[in-house]
Amino acid sequence: MSAATGVALGVIGGAIRISTPFLFVSLGECLTEKSGRVNLGLEGTLVMGAMSAYGISYLTGSPWLGVLTAGIAGVALGALHAWLCSRPRVNDVAVGIALMLFGVGVAFFLGKPLIGPTAPHLPAVSAGWWSSSAQVRSALQINALFVIGLVMTFGVRFLLQRTRWGLIMRTVGESADSARAMGYDVARVRLYATMAGGFLAGVGGSFLSLFYPGSWNEGLSSGQGLMAVALVIFARWDPVRCLAASLLFGGASALGPALQSVGVTSGYYLFNATPYVLTLAIIIATSSRARALAGQPAELRMAK
Amino acid sequence: MSVADADATATVPLIVPAALEAVGLSKQFGSVRALDDVSLRLERGTVHALLGENGAGKSTLVKCIMGYYRADVGKVSVGGVEANIASPRDAAALGIGMVYQHFTLVEAMTVAENLVLSRQKHPFIFDWAGERQEIAKFMATMPFRLDPSKPVHTLAAGEKQKLEILKQLYLGSSIVILDEPTSVLTPSEADEVLGLLRAMVKEGRLTVLMISHKFREVMQFADEVTVLRRGRMAGKGRVADLNPESMARMMVGDEPPRATGTRQERKRGDLILTIAGLSARDDLGMPAVRDFGLEVHAGEIVGIAGVSGNGQEELLEVLAGQREADDGNVRIGGNAFRARRGEMRTLMVRCLPDEPLRNACVGAMSVAENIGFRRFDRPPFRWAGTLVSPRALRRHAEALIKDYGIRTPGPDAAISSLSGGNVQRAVLARELSEDVSLLIASNPCFGLDFAAVAEIRTRIMEARNRGTAVLLISADLDEIFALADRIVVMSDGRLVHETPIAAADLGVIGRHMAGHGHG
Repeated sequence: MSAATGVALGVIGGAIRISTPFLFVSLGECLTEKSGRVNLGLEGTLVMGAMSAYGISYLTGSPWLGVLTAGIAGVALGALHAWLCSRPRVNDVAVGIALMLFGVGVAFFLGKPLIGPTAPHLPAVSAGWWSSSAQVRSALQINALFVIGLVMTFGVRFLLQRTRWGLIMRTVGESADSARAMGYDVARVRLYATMAGGFLAGVGGSFLSLFYPGSWNEGLSSGQGLMAVALVIFARWDPVRCLAASLLFGGASALGPALQSVGVTSGYYLFNATPYVLTLAIIIATSSRARALAGQPAELRMAK
Repeated sequence: MSVADADATATVPLIVPAALEAVGLSKQFGSVRALDDVSLRLERGTVHALLGENGAGKSTLVKCIMGYYRADVGKVSVGGVEANIASPRDAAALGIGMVYQHFTLVEAMTVAENLVLSRQKHPFIFDWAGERQEIAKFMATMPFRLDPSKPVHTLAAGEKQKLEILKQLYLGSSIVILDEPTSVLTPSEADEVLGLLRAMVKEGRLTVLMISHKFREVMQFADEVTVLRRGRMAGKGRVADLNPESMARMMVGDEPPRATGTRQERKRGDLILTIAGLSARDDLGMPAVRDFGLEVHAGEIVGIAGVSGNGQEELLEVLAGQREADDGNVRIGGNAFRARRGEMRTLMVRCLPDEPLRNACVGAMSVAENIGFRRFDRPPFRWAGTLVSPRALRRHAEALIKDYGIRTPGPDAAISSLSGGNVQRAVLARELSEDVSLLIASNPCFGLDFAAVAEIRTRIMEARNRGTAVLLISADLDEIFALADRIVVMSDGRLVHETPIAAADLGVIGRHMAGHGHG
């Protein structure tokens, strides 16, 4: 097998592995932002999800129960965010940053005893059965959460485009006044959207502790939650484009390790910066000084 | 209601109840009596106009009927039965719908989505193909049609207004209340929409209550009229028995409408403003101003007429330094002008933008500070090199407050606490208190009451008489006709028509505004 194929396999495998938490967090943020609210606290939700999933998986022996708990922790943080934001004269960006620090802090505090013990991991689906090459098979070990994430991507799109809830959510995100005139409770819709977004972000966190890297420690997340929020803007508030952006970001992140595995070690740290450079490059290439962001929910456009 | 029923109405008029009747409504907001014992009777199958100045209580009356507000005193009955309307939802259940002055459509969604959204009941999962078929069937019974799959932001203003009306019919409303339905339309679009509405009323499908301040539309399309002044009923009657003068008298009371300052005959002065080949894009990157050229001389007012959204806003932003041009140049008295602060000072360019509180003021800062924006960093306001003297600013402002009759609690009050007319007076005081060679004004009287309008127009006319070149952008044709020496029409970003005021023809200008100048 040539080095190039090795790198390509590494990038594909890495794309799927690394993109999973990005995918869940960005889908969650996409839902929340479609209702006209920004939740910057998803980094805290992610870490909280990772800790609670690991703890429950360790205590009960069931990783799936851990995933569910992570989601519930996310719902709780989302509800807290939504409740704070519905108070008068509260800014959702400031609340988000506070809740990000809060979530990370609480997770570190509660997670102290979980550093060290080993919890059962999530299973992987082998999509490389057709190949005799061990490398191919190991690269195509697809984690179960990624598969769920794929289903969720199209599920979220269906929800937004084809269901009553989606239509109401988009109305609230595009014009709170119109929604109020139609008798919808804007704060309540945003509460549910923020809770649902929190659920997805919590599940994304469980991936970090229960699959890859697969243990709980305080350096587990290196800002994936924040990057995922930025990916939503990059993906222009479209769930399917969130998937594409997550895969692109994951693949670029895997480039450094993949090159290292075939012996290219010079510039390792430089290659690790690829996702950021790539994101910046695409943002600059697609930006315009004169044009407003297409696809952005109108309620987010207002300075509040 | 069928035609036969309508005939029955005509034969036994005393028994048939009004479609909607409000009796003795009063509403107090704090110390302001917004509505004082107002009654209104809306007969079935008629178009009824509600006339009045800003603040006369038209909106309050309508909002009490729709259930946004609860009247302190008085009752509303629908079809002769007393109704307890506590919310717009209750109104909708009684078949009363409202079309607001500002569109309540969700711009990012399609026509079909907006119609479906307005409905009270939705299935959990939408079958959009089926919904579109249903809507197509509904549209087939309507006198005007729209493509259900088109996103609303791609519709012209007239189409959006039609969609608002379609929405009410889709919801099955039999009484439709319209709040200044034509304020965003071209004259021909307005005629079309009102004509269609009237046709539906005459077919017996609808009863319409329309808030308006345009006499022409009231005369042409309404059957009956109720006039409000300062929260009280000032008159009512059949339109056929009235004329614009009698209605205007009801609206403004006994005081005659004040004239706009007199235009002094003067020779055309030096060339001041030259715009050549100017092009600019809008926020979405689409061309908004296209190869625009214009000259304005000292002592003349050039009015740019046009329907809002045809590039006037972008043109103003380029001239005010808020937007960069793609191409072309602007010269003032022969000097290149890029709207820098220094250039505005040396070339004496001043600007009255739309929405002055947002575009020309800092709301939380005081009246004195806002009045001082142009000069606070120059003597006598600057002292000891870099310090600003609040006392000098305040004294300067006090003089202008007196001169311009700005009603404010004092020079230190936040300018955002002033009424719209007084904010505009304060901006006018700032912009016109020095020598001005070019004044650029955009919709300077939008949303102001009669007295403020007359005063601000007089100030602009006086500036012209003193030799200032004035570029006036306005969506209000009456304003352009009242002030301009020369009228140009802007359509789709281009200058499409130019005429001196003496030769100006309303019909020709309207056609050019609608983009049919050559058709």
